[in-house]
Amino acid sequence: MSWEPVIGLEIHIHLKTRTKMFCRCEVAYLEPENTRTCPVCLAHPGSLPVPNAKAIEWTIKLGLALDCEIAEHAVFHRKNYFYPDNPKGYQISQYDEPLCLNGRLVVPGPEGDARVGIVRAHLEEDAAKNVHTGTAEGRISGASATLVDFNRAGTPLVEIVTQPDLRSADQARRFLQLLRRTVVELGISDAEMEKGSLRFDVNVSVRPEGSEELRTRTELKNLNSFAFAARAIEREVERQIGIYDSGGEVEQETLHFDPTAESAPPLRSKEEAQDYRYLPEPDLVPLEPPRELVDRVRAELPELPGERVRRLAAELGHDLAGDLVTSGRDRLYERISGDDRRAVANVLMNQFAVSGVDPGAVDADELATLIAARSRIPRDRFLEALAASGDPGFSAETYLGDGLVADTAELEPIVERILAANPGQVEAYRGGKEGLLGFFVGQVMKATQGKADPRVVNELVRAKLSSS
Amino acid sequence: MAISRDEVLRVARLARLELTEDEVERFTEQLSAILEAVAKVSELDLSEVEPTAHPLELVNAWAEDEPRPSISVEDALANAPDREAGFFKVPPA
Amino acid sequence: MIETVRLTAEEAMGLVERGEVSGAELHRAYLDAIAERDGELHSYLRTVEEPGGDGVPIAFKDLISTRGVETTAGSKILSGYVPVYDATVATRCKDARLTLLGKTNMDEFAMGSSTENSGFGPTRNPWDPTRVPGGSSGGSAAAVAAGLAPWALGSDTGGSVKQPASLCGVVGLRPTYGTVSRYGIVAFASSLDQIGPMTKTVRDCALLYRIVAGRDPCDTTTVGLPQPVKIPEREDLKGVRIGVPRELNEAEGIEPGVKELTERTIGLCGELGAEVGETSLPRSVEFGLPCYYLVAPAEASSNLARYDGVRYGIRVEGEGGVRAMYDRTRDAGFGDEPKRRIMLGTYALSAGYYEAYYGQAQKVRTVIADEHAAAFRDFDVLVSPTSPTVAFELGAKTSNPLAMYLSDVLTIPSNMAGLPGLSIPCGLSDGLPVGFQLIGPQFSENTLFHVGHALERAIGFDFVPGRLR
Repeated sequence: MSWEPVIGLEIHIHLKTRTKMFCRCEVAYLEPENTRTCPVCLAHPGSLPVPNAKAIEWTIKLGLALDCEIAEHAVFHRKNYFYPDNPKGYQISQYDEPLCLNGRLVVPGPEGDARVGIVRAHLEEDAAKNVHTGTAEGRISGASATLVDFNRAGTPLVEIVTQPDLRSADQARRFLQLLRRTVVELGISDAEMEKGSLRFDVNVSVRPEGSEELRTRTELKNLNSFAFAARAIEREVERQIGIYDSGGEVEQETLHFDPTAESAPPLRSKEEAQDYRYLPEPDLVPLEPPRELVDRVRAELPELPGERVRRLAAELGHDLAGDLVTSGRDRLYERISGDDRRAVANVLMNQFAVSGVDPGAVDADELATLIAARSRIPRDRFLEALAASGDPGFSAETYLGDGLVADTAELEPIVERILAANPGQVEAYRGGKEGLLGFFVGQVMKATQGKADPRVVNELVRAKLSSS
Repeated sequence: MAISRDEVLRVARLARLELTEDEVERFTEQLSAILEAVAKVSELDLSEVEPTAHPLELVNAWAEDEPRPSISVEDALANAPDREAGFFKVPPA
Repeated sequence: MIETVRLTAEEAMGLVERGEVSGAELHRAYLDAIAERDGELHSYLRTVEEPGGDGVPIAFKDLISTRGVETTAGSKILSGYVPVYDATVATRCKDARLTLLGKTNMDEFAMGSSTENSGFGPTRNPWDPTRVPGGSSGGSAAAVAAGLAPWALGSDTGGSVKQPASLCGVVGLRPTYGTVSRYGIVAFASSLDQIGPMTKTVRDCALLYRIVAGRDPCDTTTVGLPQPVKIPEREDLKGVRIGVPRELNEAEGIEPGVKELTERTIGLCGELGAEVGETSLPRSVEFGLPCYYLVAPAEASSNLARYDGVRYGIRVEGEGGVRAMYDRTRDAGFGDEPKRRIMLGTYALSAGYYEAYYGQAQKVRTVIADEHAAAFRDFDVLVSPTSPTVAFELGAKTSNPLAMYLSDVLTIPSNMAGLPGLSIPCGLSDGLPVGFQLIGPQFSENTLFHVGHALERAIGFDFVPGRLR
């Protein structure tokens, strides 16, 4: 029996508006507790919500980038539940009339484009932050109190729900990377997991390959990176297949991962279906996005990352193209001339990436020159040059030196060839005739038509002769 | 009874009300009577009628993304039943 | 020595403007009267010693947030809660230089028709202290009737301004939904709550409405008034078409004395030059109460979820975690009526029941709105008694919630449609006041003031309770 994974994602993204979703407190990261609050986000008696126009516009922008229909009539709903981080006792969210519906994100891949359906994207507010404190009284476990900070309460969130169209852990990872890149390029969110501005849960089930059925799914929560998520998905898929193969049934469960302990097995819980008692928010009137607004936002959309991946895949293959785009280096790549495209891409993804230089600060022509000459520069000088490539007035020329080949990786095989071809002289050198060093260096220089850097050759020959 | 004792207990739990036994009995009876009376709305066939969520037909009421001053930490915590430094403090969640 | 028992707000304004009396002196005079007479009535929960303005004093129902002044909404769960901000209506009154006398008693979270549901003891009717003042704005109504405030603000959801005004012999306006800000008003039912003036005269009512009404950016359910408020002057009703909906006027439970006075007042309309005719609201009265008692508790069950002992109000300590604390705190802090309505509302919204109950009730609202709109094609104002009865005795209806709910049978239907309603006293039945209800289409307050003022002048009702003259 051959199985295929059936994977869906639920992603939450913080919009980086200046103010909160329903009040005009400034959204701020890492401010002292409860310094960004007001009667509205503290849910004082009598307070009322006032929606953030920018958050609405940016949700429409995201919806359009995901090819969604923008609702003609959208409504906010109350989602009722009790928890200390939920000051009103309800969250203002959207239920059956969300702002964006029925879209798709196309994830280019080596197996072809994967069209991942987007069920909906809607606007809601984030909860406050709970800090569970321990006890000093020698109790074994359990917090002694919960401390609540309402600075985050009310931050605008967009929730995106996909169809269960993802068919592998790797595809899920690439989807998340592409979605993240899209969101960042739209300028609506930093989408950084470490900062909490992007969070996601995964729904996983399996089914016989080729069938259309949807079997019981489990939910994976609290995954703290795309890579970790891919591994967790793979393990869960294997686990489920194992269960079906041995004649069992997969149970509906939620797996809570520990973001600080990757190898720790997840806690399993059967979460009771919650009755949220949704009702249309009586304190807010409906949204009917004007056509001119939607048209303007659509016209302002940049060329999206997915399209660029597809374009670059033709010359670089999907993996390299995908990496370039999702890491934000493809614009720079396109500005760097040079015949060896793969070389350019590889440098950008490896040595340049490590340098930490901002791609936007780089003079593409200088970097092109540097990359083309890289085999003629000692490795550490090349890295030094890359690290400076973002500085104003950077010139590749100053790092090129005399154009001699100094790359030990290139010269080593030549040295070895010369030594192997002259065993008698090697033995004589090792016997004490150190003057023969010049002979070997000369042979290497002849073999490289004088292009090798003699100092580097000298060191290499010495090293090779003293070893063995 | 239009509402059972179990339903009353379920609803009380959803609403986070810890009822005494006496309250459960009394409310079961009273809520039953009230529910019977309000169930009258189902006598009308309103399948063709749109619900009224708002008495006025307003749409698109929002505000620009311009910050207003937040209140001080002291004001935020002024009425807090329990606090620790600048945090609200509650029994463990 | 200022005689507060008879002083209208307009007269007080005149005294201050002419320099005959200062705002501070007026404030003091009312505080003295409260000290003297409110022990018996308990219309105030607390008073404010220092005058907050140099103008006419005013009392606020205790669900209006007042910065620095305790605000309880009549509930123990908010004992000791002192807001750090002012409701918009409070700010507008401050801007008009009105000075706050104090916060008046009310049914807890505005849930009730007698003020007997207050967490702090009932208020008594100044006309007969063995009887209720009505509710939920009973404190404000009693304060105005007893001359303990020249005017007051109350709130109306199912009739909580109109009905106590009727029972206490004062004027009460429930405005068009959306014309007065709810920002800072402790919420009961968001799509129904409105703040309304409670005054001795219709002109006072218009003056106070003009101060508080108008769009508020902090409340996105508000709109600007299409026309400025007109303080009424005309004393005739020529050209006005008055409709008498038979279902409102023949509803079950209307006392004979109330019926008689209502009919007399309708006759008076004709004498003043109005065209009077019969009309019908076929389903609004029969289905109004059940509709209200689904919509309002549903919204309330959600609005009252924030009272959880975390950020303000009381907290009951004990064993266990935060959920146990919620349960204990809410059980101790809420009285019976909020508990009933919260549970009813939770039930009506719960999975599987939403369509049949809350969903259906929201559709009934549409039916009610359509029926009123149809009636208003032929008439400018619809009339009826405000309350089926005069003030009943304390304790008479407290053991039977449904009987208490019936007090609102005449005020609820137009409320469900978001329509304005004015109640004016039209006479005494067995020595107790009877209120006459005027209902208009949206934004028709000026018409209601006109008709109300003309009738008021013609009726000549003495708004000072007999025992206080």
